[in-house]
Amino acid sequence: MSTPPTNPATGPAESLDTDRLPAHEDPGPQTVTLAAVPLTRGSLPRHAARLVLLGAVGLGAALFAAGLGATWGAVLAAVAYTVVIYLWSRSVEGTRRAFDRFVTAVVSSAFLVALVPLASVVWTVVDRGLARFDTEFFSYSMRGVVGEGGGVNHAIFGTLIITALAALISVPVGMLTAIYLVEYGRGALARAITFFVDVMTGIPSIVAGLFAYALFELFYGPGVRMGFMGSVALSILMIPIVVRSTEEMLKLVPNELREASYALAVPKWRTIVKVVLPTAIAGIATGVTLAIARVIGETAPLLITVGITTSDNFDPFDGRMATLSVFSFSQYATPGIPREAYFDRAWSAALLLILIVMVLNLGARLISRLFAPKTRG
Amino acid sequence: MAKRIEVKGLDIYYDKFLAVQGVSMTIEPRSVTALIGPSGCGKSTFLRTLNRMHELVPNARVEGKVLMDNEDLYGANVDPVNVRRHIGMVFQRPNPFPTMSIYDNVVAGVRLNSKRMKRADLDALVERSLRSANLWEEVKDRLNRPGSGLSGGQQQRLCIARAIAVQPDVLLMDEPCSALDPISTQAIEDLMLELKEQYTIVIVTHNMQQAARVSDVTGFFNLRAVGEPGGLVEIDETTKIFSTPSNQATEDYISGRFG
Amino acid sequence: MPSTTEKTPRRGTVQRPGDRVFAGASTGAGITILAILAGVAAFLVIEAWPALWASDEEMPDGEGLVLYVWPLLFGTLISATFALLIATPFAVAIALFISHYAPRRVAVTLGYLIDLLAAVPSIIFGLWGAAELAPLTVEPTQWLADNLGFIPLFEGPASATGRTMLVASMVLAVMILPITTAVVREAFLQTPRLHEEASLALGATRWEMIRMAVLPFGRSAIIGGAMLGLGRALGETMAVAIVLSGSAGVTFNIIGSGNPSSIAANIALRFPESSGLDINVLIASGLVLFAVTLFVNMGARAVINRRRDFSGAN
Repeated sequence: MSTPPTNPATGPAESLDTDRLPAHEDPGPQTVTLAAVPLTRGSLPRHAARLVLLGAVGLGAALFAAGLGATWGAVLAAVAYTVVIYLWSRSVEGTRRAFDRFVTAVVSSAFLVALVPLASVVWTVVDRGLARFDTEFFSYSMRGVVGEGGGVNHAIFGTLIITALAALISVPVGMLTAIYLVEYGRGALARAITFFVDVMTGIPSIVAGLFAYALFELFYGPGVRMGFMGSVALSILMIPIVVRSTEEMLKLVPNELREASYALAVPKWRTIVKVVLPTAIAGIATGVTLAIARVIGETAPLLITVGITTSDNFDPFDGRMATLSVFSFSQYATPGIPREAYFDRAWSAALLLILIVMVLNLGARLISRLFAPKTRG
Repeated sequence: MAKRIEVKGLDIYYDKFLAVQGVSMTIEPRSVTALIGPSGCGKSTFLRTLNRMHELVPNARVEGKVLMDNEDLYGANVDPVNVRRHIGMVFQRPNPFPTMSIYDNVVAGVRLNSKRMKRADLDALVERSLRSANLWEEVKDRLNRPGSGLSGGQQQRLCIARAIAVQPDVLLMDEPCSALDPISTQAIEDLMLELKEQYTIVIVTHNMQQAARVSDVTGFFNLRAVGEPGGLVEIDETTKIFSTPSNQATEDYISGRFG
Repeated sequence: MPSTTEKTPRRGTVQRPGDRVFAGASTGAGITILAILAGVAAFLVIEAWPALWASDEEMPDGEGLVLYVWPLLFGTLISATFALLIATPFAVAIALFISHYAPRRVAVTLGYLIDLLAAVPSIIFGLWGAAELAPLTVEPTQWLADNLGFIPLFEGPASATGRTMLVASMVLAVMILPITTAVVREAFLQTPRLHEEASLALGATRWEMIRMAVLPFGRSAIIGGAMLGLGRALGETMAVAIVLSGSAGVTFNIIGSGNPSSIAANIALRFPESSGLDINVLIASGLVLFAVTLFVNMGARAVINRRRDFSGAN
């Protein structure tokens, strides 16, 4: 089979070709085209993409100035860019490269389009929510308020109490479950739990609310409403998030640390408590914070378990409570007169909610950055 | 088909870090050129600059010239995509596309350019490429099975078939046998000796015996010192490198005094 | 798995009390989760039971449970399906942008921006959809009804308020975009470098490399991510409740004002004012929703997990 190494560049390639190649000797058109690919090809000037983009943006701005809406201006600019860069590239660089540029343009504009709702939501909420972002709004409840005035003081506390209780239930259950899955779990039970935690992440929030209602109705009778019910409903949504994030973090703890601890004759549970958890704690705290951020804005389950009230009620085991999200919804859905006062309160509550969520999100990032173990490098 | 590659004063950078400095060499067509040297000396980095795969790393760049039959691969208007069409590459670990059949793997590169090829032409190309890769007899009955079902050695030969199906001028091999057992390695080495009749082959290897067995010319790469960039120490006919190298470092490396 | 090297003590070995307590507590927590899920199913069935056996006359609309739930289920499915159709192409494009097009330094930040969409509470998306998005769609939908009215989807007459199934689906699409994107992005980022380089070394352009190596590798993640998004959209409540002014009609016309509401939105809107059998009926509809989402989510997980096992990644 093998030919002995010969002097380079002397092998009679032609004859060998015919020896070894199968019957289809005809080189065929593909051979010709492939061999003929030149190294160089026409290419667009270095800043071509940027120039076309600039032109397209200019065109969009001109259309906008000419009275067309901002949306249409942007859309036409994107289309113009895509078409021009495609045609230009096609004439200079060929179809393959042109299609590559086309895809690049489409993918990039898809990303930009996806940012539009985010920007629009934030802008709308800030713009409309600032109307009632005053001291009265934060220090008063809605007790006896008809029409203008009033505030969300009672709803802020309601949201905090209910979310805190939900966290109090979810964090221990979730963390212990994650510890079970990573450190102890094996076999059918672990597989079942993993699977059902996944399933649980998909439970619609309204179903979680219905569950809490169904559970409490058995003990308290029909029509029951209390803050704690809302906490139970939120826990259903929160537990799987806590389990998942804690599990991920525990899995990141290098096994060498556990073995080092065992080798020092530290029992397993102390290894977990003293070595594994502290190593992962920053990540776990981040996960818990994100889980709280996720449920603190929930509306549907609270709407059917906690309801809404106009007065202060800070006892989660007794009757209806106000929460920011339900407050916002009820102000918007059932406005009185003047309607604007109700809408303004709805938007201001929404702004407060989005601020809380963003602060929690930023806090989560901060935690993971500040307290990450040094080993991460 | 096979073309000569001339490298002139090549410096290779990762961002600001100079990884390889001042490489100049001529790679003759229809021969096997082996690049040896200790780990981290820049052999693979250098190899990847020959078909412009190096610049896939963000901020990686080169200075100097790489000429293929007097055309500068780094000249203005040179399309790296077309360069790779001319200079095929086989990787350290076999990497057939897992979602494609053996057949589709072989024609993967061809399909990129000539969209409408006759089925018969494709069939012929697949058979020719697989035969050239000494794999035809082993897989001809299961061309539509996934390529990932083959053994490691077969997968690597499939990757070679895939690389030569586009009829490149030059074939780069980055430690093609390091993930294979001795018998598969033997098969690939035999194949290299056959392929060099048609192609210019450059192989990076850690295995000095392999370099001695398959190559006509051997280049020795080394780091001048820790923290210094790597570079080409000497390049000569393999028999000379392994018997009477002109550089002390080469002799030390060959005789196993370091590396 | 990190704990494989640590052998569990043989049966009958003396365990330390601390170990036993800790192992017991964590196992108990795991079992609690199973119990909760079983409880959700059980309590919903118990509470839905009376509605299942009640006579048609006792029903809220006097027409029987099936006729009551069917339009809502239809509304749920159609809003979620359109949300899926809108969101999936965007999710794939965004995932590609972040994983293969954006400069690496900013890619993480851009991914974070998309994740922020998931953090916005659903009530806010609802308010935004009703107050901002809906009015914007009035003119375009009018145009659709006038010019493309022969397509059943755009049959018209177009709604004058813009509070249509189309807008509800668009809001839902924005809401499910982050989760679908996250799943797909994760898969794209894990595309073996070897496969990408293999196609580039054959002389593929970036798009051809993506078509050869990235998309096949991520295919099941795309399916799984889309299904997870579908599960979200099916159960999403407030956005639909606020945007859509639902009626009971079953129609494919997504730009009119006569669209059916979704199960979740219907529960949210009616539950606070309901009592007696009405509550049982709403819970029964919630049970249907639970079953549908469970089915979709389990399917999604199965698809995603299969990818993990047989991805061909080394």
